[in-house]
Amino acid sequence: MSTARPADDLVAARPSPSALRAAVSLSERPARPSALSTTLTFAWRALLKIKHVPEQLFDVTLTPVIFTLMFTYLFGGAIAGDTSTYLDFLLPGIIVQTVLVVTVYTGFTLNTDITKGVFDRFRSLPIWRPAPIVGPLLGDAVRYTIASAVTLALGLALGYRPAGGALGTLAAIGLLLVFAFALSWVFTILGLLMRTPNAVMGVSMLVLMPLTFASNIFVDPATMPSVLRAFVDVNPVTHLVTAIRGLMGGTATFGDVLWVLVVSAVMTAVFAPITMRIYRTRS
Amino acid sequence: MTELAIEAHGLVKHFGTTRAVDGIDLSVRAGTVYGVLGPNGAGKTTAVRMLATLLRPDAGTARVLGRDVVTEADAVRGLVGLTGQYASVDEDLTATENLVVLSRLYGFSRPAARARAADLLGAFELTEAAGRQVKTFSGGMRRRIDLAASLVMSPVVLFLDEPTTGLDPRSRNDVWDIVRVLVADGATVLLTTQYLDEADQLADRIAVIDHGRVIAEGTASELKSSVGSGTVHLRLADAAQRENAARIVAEALHDGTPIRDDAGDIGVVTLPADTYALSARVDSSPEGRARAHTILPRLHDAGIHVPEFSLGQPSLDEVFLALTGEPTDPPSPTAPELSTEAS
Repeated sequence: MSTARPADDLVAARPSPSALRAAVSLSERPARPSALSTTLTFAWRALLKIKHVPEQLFDVTLTPVIFTLMFTYLFGGAIAGDTSTYLDFLLPGIIVQTVLVVTVYTGFTLNTDITKGVFDRFRSLPIWRPAPIVGPLLGDAVRYTIASAVTLALGLALGYRPAGGALGTLAAIGLLLVFAFALSWVFTILGLLMRTPNAVMGVSMLVLMPLTFASNIFVDPATMPSVLRAFVDVNPVTHLVTAIRGLMGGTATFGDVLWVLVVSAVMTAVFAPITMRIYRTRS
Repeated sequence: MTELAIEAHGLVKHFGTTRAVDGIDLSVRAGTVYGVLGPNGAGKTTAVRMLATLLRPDAGTARVLGRDVVTEADAVRGLVGLTGQYASVDEDLTATENLVVLSRLYGFSRPAARARAADLLGAFELTEAAGRQVKTFSGGMRRRIDLAASLVMSPVVLFLDEPTTGLDPRSRNDVWDIVRVLVADGATVLLTTQYLDEADQLADRIAVIDHGRVIAEGTASELKSSVGSGTVHLRLADAAQRENAARIVAEALHDGTPIRDDAGDIGVVTLPADTYALSARVDSSPEGRARAHTILPRLHDAGIHVPEFSLGQPSLDEVFLALTGEPTDPPSPTAPELSTEAS
């Protein structure tokens, strides 16, 4: 289309001095936005990225589907006698595993922003400093919710019925989001420290694999050798799954839930300041 | 206005054992363009990142519009804009979304942010591409959206880190035009470049940086005259007369009989591949200039027709060569080496 009138193209592509002058002479400068407004803007940006790169949701939605089907029908009969008994046991654990794997993206996207130079722009703005980190964490909550919903929907389709009812299930997912938010701070540290997004991905998976598999997600720890069981018993994921399973199954104790909340608070209290310190001083 | 927009004293930054910036002093007057010129890895980007509050200096102080970049970093951030390889826009988002996000972060209300984004896109002739993801943009468009992003808040001081690296000549001219408009409007611009030509075109003053230090500072013409020589370029009507012309020019500029050297040059005269052209270094002393002025009459007397003759100052390339004793690295289009400098 442009071959016929190259000269016009040339003129059209040039920024005009008068329009430029008008655009740069800003009559009034807005006041500095609040920490909340800044954080929400970053959360909104994270959602825009999900909208433009929906591929990043493939992992989120496909992995739990494959894991649920594979474990239920491949191993379910062997582990629990029949598949529907196993599904009752497995599904809350699979939801936990799915969301924990998705938290890795927090570090991945942060690192991508840093390597592409987008982060330097944010760091050069007069804004509440933690916002570029905290905002995306809020946006990630959407990802976690989608992942939980997909897994839960699949479970329901396969015949899973949470004894804890809708309320128990919502409480379970809420609790899971709290834990995921706290865990994300570990991945923000990795995201700030590692050199490439793929390195972040690799290391994060290395951390998550033992944490999710050496837990009570897939099998009852009572069947494991004592050394492994000792690890499983102290693994925070085990405690998290116990609480989630309890809430969805209607058997949760106050202690189980409190434990998860306390651990989440401690993780945030430890890792969030470390993240912010690295963020402030990073070169 | 003699007020200083940027002043830095003894800035130092190490990365491990490398002193990326090794004691830099800068004074930039408000409303001017200041060029920081140097080859890849000279420390330009690191210096800019310190001035723009992205890096904390290991030693030294810097003030932007009177505010300390370390202790009053937030105040500085409100006044400066930054564009470069490191302050970029988000490729996954559209042009509009990028500018709206930034406008929101600067405190514009939702409708005002949309209006601001539309204004800037219009001014940078990007309205038609407003709804496209930035990763689909051409190099020139990409640089314009980068610039627009740094102008959301009409910064008083603008840092441009290699704003034209990798651009085609037309896009490069667009960027130059934008810089000129901004400065005419009262902004102060500090730009880094490895293109000597660019500093010459835009900058009121230039600091030449090498190995993290300022090795020369001044206006383009001060730097050129400090080299102590200029160049005379001639173009002949008849290539067959070049040998003879070269001998006459060499005699005019120097006493004694010129000798042909190993490189095929005759005395001070160099013979480029273009068989119609010849050039020679001219001493910039009054005597040297007076000798240069005798070239044309002598050639005329010898019956050699000279359609083109120019007596110029040395190029900044020659300045750099004279200052560092080594030629500048040929700039690569994408300058990937710089990434090691800032990580």
